[in-house]
Amino acid sequence: MSKHLKRLYSFLIFAFLYAPILVMVVYSFNGIKSRSVFEGFSLQWYKALFEDSLILESFSNSLIIAALSALIATVIGTFAAVGINKMKKRTRSAYLFVNNIPVVNPDIVTAISMMILFVFFVSVTKMFEMGFWTLLIAHITFNIPYVVLNVLPKLRGMDNNIYDAALDLGCPPIKSFFKVVLPQIMPGIVTGAIMAFTLSLDDFIISYFNSGTSFQTLPITIYSMTKKPYSPKINALSTLLFVFVLVLMLIVNLRQTRTAKDKKKKEKS
Amino acid sequence: MMKTKKPFFSAKNLTVTPYAVWMVLFVLIPIGLVVYFAFTDANGTFTLENLSYIKRYAETFWLSVELALISTVICLLLAYPMAFIIAKMPTERQGSAILLIMLPMWMNFLIRTYAWMTILENNGIINRFVGMIAQWLQIEFEGFSMINTNGAIVLGMVYNYLPYMILPIYTVLTKIDNSLIEAARDLGSSSVHVFRRIIAPLSVPGVISGITMVFVPAVSTFIISYLLGGGKTYLIGNIIENYFLGSSGAINYNVGAALSLLLMILIVVSMGIMNHFDKDSESVGGGMIV
Amino acid sequence: MENNVLIDLKNICVSFGDEQILKSINLYIRDGEFVTLLGPSGCGKTTTLRVIAGFQEPDSGDVIFEDKKINGVPAYKRQVNTIFQRYALFPHLNVFENIAFGLRIKKEKESVITERVTELLALVNLRGFEKRAITSLSGGQQQRVAIARALAVRPKVLLLDEPLGALDLKLRKDMQVELKKIQQSLGITFIYVTHDQEEALSMSDTIVVMDKGFIQQIGTPTDIYNEPKNAFVADFIGESNIVDGIMLKDCFVEFSGHKFECLDKGFAENEAVDVVVRPEDVDVVSIEKGMLRGVVTSVTFKGVHYEIIVDIGGFKWMIQTTDKQEVGDKIGLFIEPDAIHIMKKSEYSGKYGDFSSFSEEFDELSQPDIVAEESDDED
Repeated sequence: MSKHLKRLYSFLIFAFLYAPILVMVVYSFNGIKSRSVFEGFSLQWYKALFEDSLILESFSNSLIIAALSALIATVIGTFAAVGINKMKKRTRSAYLFVNNIPVVNPDIVTAISMMILFVFFVSVTKMFEMGFWTLLIAHITFNIPYVVLNVLPKLRGMDNNIYDAALDLGCPPIKSFFKVVLPQIMPGIVTGAIMAFTLSLDDFIISYFNSGTSFQTLPITIYSMTKKPYSPKINALSTLLFVFVLVLMLIVNLRQTRTAKDKKKKEKS
Repeated sequence: MMKTKKPFFSAKNLTVTPYAVWMVLFVLIPIGLVVYFAFTDANGTFTLENLSYIKRYAETFWLSVELALISTVICLLLAYPMAFIIAKMPTERQGSAILLIMLPMWMNFLIRTYAWMTILENNGIINRFVGMIAQWLQIEFEGFSMINTNGAIVLGMVYNYLPYMILPIYTVLTKIDNSLIEAARDLGSSSVHVFRRIIAPLSVPGVISGITMVFVPAVSTFIISYLLGGGKTYLIGNIIENYFLGSSGAINYNVGAALSLLLMILIVVSMGIMNHFDKDSESVGGGMIV
Repeated sequence: MENNVLIDLKNICVSFGDEQILKSINLYIRDGEFVTLLGPSGCGKTTTLRVIAGFQEPDSGDVIFEDKKINGVPAYKRQVNTIFQRYALFPHLNVFENIAFGLRIKKEKESVITERVTELLALVNLRGFEKRAITSLSGGQQQRVAIARALAVRPKVLLLDEPLGALDLKLRKDMQVELKKIQQSLGITFIYVTHDQEEALSMSDTIVVMDKGFIQQIGTPTDIYNEPKNAFVADFIGESNIVDGIMLKDCFVEFSGHKFECLDKGFAENEAVDVVVRPEDVDVVSIEKGMLRGVVTSVTFKGVHYEIIVDIGGFKWMIQTTDKQEVGDKIGLFIEPDAIHIMKKSEYSGKYGDFSSFSEEFDELSQPDIVAEESDDED
């Protein structure tokens, strides 16, 4: 492939990926309520967005669910990975098979399978109803496998003798785990936690089936907005989210390159 | 004399217990319930009647598979060259390129799909734009009808899932040992030959996991078909959704469960076929970036 | 306290799944002794070490430490410390913190810790390395940190699991000397695991030769070398020509069609035995004077001497000689009575000591590697 052809091709792919986002950003500043005609610059949709208590509330709901589910999934998943790592090959494969079910299954199937469980449970006990708790459980469930998948390779890559060495020097088992093993697998845990958090924040399908009517996350609110007559508020919201993600990624990227550079420097000295 | 003294629940594996309990409660039991509901009626008695609905929706199933397959193929055709171009970039630039590929994925896919609505609509941006040109050229233009077609759904699928295809292929391409390529060149291979005999076969695991990562969500989607198909085109995802969350008269968990079960079997079978092509990599999603 | 028994292993058996790794190991170790467990990969030497360290509970048998049974006492409560294969240093801690790790667990005072670490860094020749990151150290330096870390908590016994396996030859030789020096100056017991017979011979007070989960022989280096108990030990420690022989009577043995005088006694009359002759103990003489006669089939220059392979009636002998021979030469061989060692027949008879398939490459390939050893023992 010639250099120009490569450039053109990359440009077209990126244009395809970013065109809709660009359109949303531009129309978020539209002076009129139209999604095809652009007339005059205005910030009115941003103002409307911040006055919409439903959106703000569902956004904070999303954050709460994402943070809680990521935290719980990270704890359960990390300990699980430690145990799974110690298993014999056959048991480990069995566990990993189950672990992969929520990863591989279509979201809609995972969603309705849990919904059936919750509806069944609610109809039997007549105590709970679909809402915060069912949503939290559902999110933890689809987050856990990703934590396990991130932590397990770090454990496998670690020299097993490191744990033994800590015991050998008189450190009791649990303390050894926290003092020696945990720092080694920390990068995997952090990646797993971040992944769980973003997956949870972004999830629509599983939340849609398991949230009931009382508790809405942001994606559910966005979905109901697409059903209603058009409001450019959705553009303003998307633009803000995009800028937020962009800044976040830039920070992560900068930090990564900086630590990489630091490492290089250290190795040189 | 062989004796296993280790108890089933040895102390060191207590760390797995919460996980094991959780996975049984919220993954295995729910799937069991799907199977149970698929084979029972509203009163809980055994029936095969729900399965007869599969026949009724055979056409929908076929359409879902067809659209998902078309999207997967288009994704593959678009993604492979892109992944290849990125993998051949200088290392410092690869990171930023991948970041740019992933960035749209971080936007909620509802929003991304919704944006296409704006673009494809009858009086959307494309039609307005072409209309303006037509007017300028004084040509009669009635507007393309793009939204609410199968084409729009395929576009939405390709747009949403293209990064899922690029990333795993890119990952395996970067992992190919450069000395292999050099060795092949050394033995007198042309670049086409090197690609056909070395790069292509070695990138199979990435392609396989890319195909899985695109096909599975595409075949089961109900949002893309809902937003871009305008309710005219029902895919199997929409049918299932309707049986669980539709208007109260339409709700029927048993039929929904039966259809979901079929969807699940479809995925398992297609993954089985895929793994047949990719015997070497043992884990699910061999090239998946996590 | 020189002859006090510190560790006593009694009938130790360990099996992983269907595989028996240790089959009734009996071994006692005296205080201040340098004991080497020597054997090929998978022989059970690392497992034996792990039993002593407390990482592996024996299926049966007792581990006695200072007259107390310590089965079931967890590793972190035992007064033994280990130097691991590939060191197992904590990569997230610097040199100082690695060495201080055990002291911090004991909640020693900061001043005591600093003093002890400085002292140990001096002992292992790493003064000024306190703040260095583990990843920035060379293999030899990491090795020294591992030694300092294990010694910091003043163990009664130091267990060393192939500690020099990852170092290159030159460094390994230096570290052998250094380890021996440290052991002698501190006067603590070293239990050393290796598959390298030279290392074992040059460092140990006592060598324990193991194979297939059994102890084959325990003895001083000279005992093991000069009086191997069976064909396995004879072959594993140094090069050996091992031939079938008949013990005609005390001090009189027949092999390779010739009757020899020897020093060994106590066998039955006409008992079939294995005869060991070390390559360096055979003299090359003219064909007339030779007790045995053969044809030279290969000559390799080794620096100090030539290593020649001689075909004697179809059996290939290895002989080390300073006289250059040519391939095809017919030569005579002379063997002194004290160069002949007689062993009882064992399961290893006939498996070792014939050099017909011998070649340089083969020798290289058959060197057991460390990685295989580890996985054999642990899985």
